[in-house]
Amino acid sequence: MKFKQAVLNKLVPFLFTVVIFIFPLVDRNPYHIDVMVSAGIFVLLALGLNVIVGNAGILNLGYAAFFAVGAYTYALVNLHWHIPFWIGLWISALTGTIFGMLLAFPALRLGGDYLAIVTLGAGEIVRIALNNLDTITGGPNGLLGIDHPSLLIPKYQFGVKSEPYYFLVLFLILGFIFVLRRLESSRLGLAWNALREDELAASCMGINTAWAKLSAFAVGGFIAGVAGCVFAGKQGTISPDSFDFVVSVMVLAMVVLGGLGSIRGVILGALILSLLPEFLRRFEIYRMFLFGLAMILMMLFRPQGILGEVHHREEFKKRNKSR
Amino acid sequence: MKAKTSLSEFPILTLQEVTKRFGGVGALEQVSFTVDHGKIVGLIGPNGAGKTTLFNCITGLSAPDSGFIYFGDSQASLAHLYPYQVTVNGIARTFQTIRLFKNMTALENIMVGAHSKARAGLWGALFRPEWVKLEQKKLRDHAHQLLAFFGLSSRANELAGNLSYGHQRKLEIARALASDPKLLLLDEPAAGMNPKEKEELLDLIRAIRERGVTILLIEHDMKVVMLVSEHVIVLDYGKKIAEGSPKKIQNDPRVIEAYLGKDFKK
Amino acid sequence: MSAGDIFFQQLINGLTIGMIYALIALGYTMVYGVARLINFAHGEVFMVGAYLGLLFFLFASDLISGAGKLFFFVPIVFIFAMLGTSAIGFIIERFAYRPLREAPRLAPLITAIGISFLLQNLIMFIFGPTDKHFPHLMVVRKFSLGTVTLTNLQIFIALVAVILMVVLHIFIRNTRTGKAMRALADDLQAARLMGINVDRLISIAFIIGSALAGAGGVMFGMYYGTINFHDGYLAGLKAFTAAVLGGIGNIPGAMIGGLLIGILEALGAGYWSSEWKNVFAFFVLILILLFRPSGLLGSRIVKKV
Repeated sequence: MKFKQAVLNKLVPFLFTVVIFIFPLVDRNPYHIDVMVSAGIFVLLALGLNVIVGNAGILNLGYAAFFAVGAYTYALVNLHWHIPFWIGLWISALTGTIFGMLLAFPALRLGGDYLAIVTLGAGEIVRIALNNLDTITGGPNGLLGIDHPSLLIPKYQFGVKSEPYYFLVLFLILGFIFVLRRLESSRLGLAWNALREDELAASCMGINTAWAKLSAFAVGGFIAGVAGCVFAGKQGTISPDSFDFVVSVMVLAMVVLGGLGSIRGVILGALILSLLPEFLRRFEIYRMFLFGLAMILMMLFRPQGILGEVHHREEFKKRNKSR
Repeated sequence: MKAKTSLSEFPILTLQEVTKRFGGVGALEQVSFTVDHGKIVGLIGPNGAGKTTLFNCITGLSAPDSGFIYFGDSQASLAHLYPYQVTVNGIARTFQTIRLFKNMTALENIMVGAHSKARAGLWGALFRPEWVKLEQKKLRDHAHQLLAFFGLSSRANELAGNLSYGHQRKLEIARALASDPKLLLLDEPAAGMNPKEKEELLDLIRAIRERGVTILLIEHDMKVVMLVSEHVIVLDYGKKIAEGSPKKIQNDPRVIEAYLGKDFKK
Repeated sequence: MSAGDIFFQQLINGLTIGMIYALIALGYTMVYGVARLINFAHGEVFMVGAYLGLLFFLFASDLISGAGKLFFFVPIVFIFAMLGTSAIGFIIERFAYRPLREAPRLAPLITAIGISFLLQNLIMFIFGPTDKHFPHLMVVRKFSLGTVTLTNLQIFIALVAVILMVVLHIFIRNTRTGKAMRALADDLQAARLMGINVDRLISIAFIIGSALAGAGGVMFGMYYGTINFHDGYLAGLKAFTAAVLGGIGNIPGAMIGGLLIGILEALGAGYWSSEWKNVFAFFVLILILLFRPSGLLGSRIVKKV
């Protein structure tokens, strides 16, 4: 039984990856591929938010702001100084990281609830700032004419076709999965988990909880920055509408649905929540309503998500006979 | 003043007039005592006497309103340190209500306990240089050793929340020992245990002491305290009302009076 | 108008809206006091209250003829809305939050967001996404005090709000339930040990808090003349800021915090622009959290982690 499970554990993701790789070669519908690219960007976001919410257990209600910082950073450095995409990626990652760490500061000393509020507030402030600082951000109309990525070797200019973005996003996802898995099983990763489980006890175990929170936000910000840059590079135009509270909640829902802390889980959650609306087109107007309902039910019946783990609660009164 | 030359004569923990009030109610009033190196000291008192508050003050979870807490030969008071700094200094604790990391395995719990002994950070996690791999291996081996010491080897990969109550209590102590503390604070380690388990616990505590760890324990079960402690401190309403050998305490009229009419478990 | 005139005018306007924020803030603070939970969905309850008031008015408008009779309906509108919102508050607590008592901290927060979405979209389905007209429920008369204008509507709102707050204050001070709630807010563990029925108190906190929010909703509608399903989010945020400003868990704090936020907002809108009005609350919130998380009047609950 255990062997079978182990095989399944390795086989399923492998097959899945193969399918994902050959997908654009099999299904040539440009719209489908475009949808998958969007889904892929959401997967990146979900992976990033998972570090903050899933691993470290800190509720972040303003992740869209991180995403926005990444997107607008690249847009601005590209429009003003013609910085190419590949360098823009790193700059966006950096600003995302810094933004993340800034956000963690105010409520380092306070309970998780307050940090959540601060993140919510930050998200809103960023969105409103983007809307109103017209001269810098282009206001509600946003920024246009952002350069698409281009490769030197072989000489290739990304255009409007989705295929190259598909593989770009795919490679980024794979790269981050590798990095995140390393983090997960590291001393820092364990510290994050301890922080999530019981912040008080974690601090008594010698964990500098302030640093743990900061680093979680930093990593989450890094990934969102990258995602934002890719988004801007693909779209060519960005506006504040793409970065509102609903986006923050959607990414959060993906993480919760998939299973807090589980990398595979959040990928699954992200795919489900970004692809499902495509299949349920006619329920479009009910989307938000069903969404809210789903979150409530999820917490009531399966708070650990689809692939998350949970301990079975032991009654302290009932004594376990087998030792 | 006699020069303190022998380590065993130097108190590992010194409390001086520690006071803590919660909204006008005195949880601790001018509590002073010392704990000597390598001893097992019991801290008893009726419910609400302030014992856990005392632990919280020592470990940095609560800041005392006044007074000093000295650890080892350090000149600085522990009183306003963060909990993690206290742990780094060499004090570890367990909790009255078990506070294990329930969704992590027993092994992982212990490895978290050893957090302060390692140094790998973000960089180390990402690039896994040799020294990080070595450090991880050492921590893992150390954790397995501790599990073996507590008889929990077979449970290494089980989620802490799925363990039986008795095992959870043990695991919590193991986790505390993972940081190689010089002083171990046990908060009601025997709570909810049956007599056989309590026997095991007593042996365990003595074995821990053999490894050179000083132990300060809060306990309600008088038998446990009297059997294992070499020195007992009694609190009542936040004040220290007596201290001495177990025998002396048992016969102390003030102690008996404090317990009469309150929660007295024998 | 001179700068000074603006000041006084905005002061009056600010006090009025501040009363409404105070009523909503009380709900946040009471619930946090007994349950240590930030009820994110509370703002939506306020919004539903406004719509319930509108609903009642729409149904009953056939029975109303003439301004005089209209005024007598006002208390009934309030009662209807308040009953409705307290029922909703009770249901939310009982069926969505209570099962999550032992769950990790994230769970109720996510549930609250879910409820928030649910209520917002429900109202949007039923009443439509555009602004809806809300009657003032009285003939608005203006009074001049020098260069400053005051309306009877503002006086009415202030009066009703003050009455509600006084009643609450008496309740908290003098009844056993009220005292128990204060005990819970002070020290959860100790209160539990004293045998206080926490479940019951949490339900009561939700009911009272939601009722007050409902009243606030009706007032909001009366004052601004239009309501929108999105109003709950904004007002909720500002009211929450007010609660934190006054000291979360601290009931007089919530009242004062509400008034302050209302005044600050009105002054900001008067001297600056109304664009940034809504972000303003966030700025204040972050500032408080940075420099004085226990709020102006102090909160026993906020401690160093």
